[in-house]
Amino acid sequence: MAVRIQREDFDAGAEIARLRAGDPRIGAVASFVGVARDRNDGAEVATLALEHYPGMTEKAIGVIVEQAKARWPVFEILVIHRVGDLKPLDQIVLVVVTGSHRGEAFAACEFVMDYLKTEAPFWKKESTPAGERWVDARESDEAARSRWQRPG
Amino acid sequence: MKVTVLYFARLREALGRDRETLELPAGVTTVGELRGWLVARGSPWAEAFAEIRRIRAAVAQEMATDETPLGDGADVAFFPPVTGG
Repeated sequence: MAVRIQREDFDAGAEIARLRAGDPRIGAVASFVGVARDRNDGAEVATLALEHYPGMTEKAIGVIVEQAKARWPVFEILVIHRVGDLKPLDQIVLVVVTGSHRGEAFAACEFVMDYLKTEAPFWKKESTPAGERWVDARESDEAARSRWQRPG
Repeated sequence: MKVTVLYFARLREALGRDRETLELPAGVTTVGELRGWLVARGSPWAEAFAEIRRIRAAVAQEMATDETPLGDGADVAFFPPVTGG
């Protein structure tokens, strides 16, 4: 399954090349890279520690990927999420979706990120000049996920 | 029934432990009942579960609700809202 949780950095270009290698059906590749910022909630962030629930994380993202594949006619979905100690400018997460056309590739990529934000068991702790603090979940992330829910 | 309870992030720090194996009394068969039983043990569970908002749970590595039944030997996790991505 194309879900990887790792401490190491990733090379988005190399991952995209590998994902679409030899598949001439692919007409669109959508990707998202999440990056660590140097400010959050009004404070400077020096480092970011990412904790996760090993086993459940892979499973939860796997379910999200399967939901996206069931909903849009896409070919492959790759998710890489880093854990451990990160700092501003570091890459955190990569989502790549291949499909025939851009519409479904864009939609599936955004769907995976919106669900990952609210359903995958990761937690961020920031160190700021005032000390360490756990990052609070955002209501805007819940709202972003809710818009994908369909009636019935 | 015996379960392993796992704690993550802020909740893990507040409790000073990341897991504990517990023998549950007969009346504790769901996530909600386990939560109530942990809180009834007093400090530090009572304070931690009161202070950290919207604590979520998972049973056997799947998101659970208070109604989710516990199985013997199950891993039950409690954690704050997730903040990955």
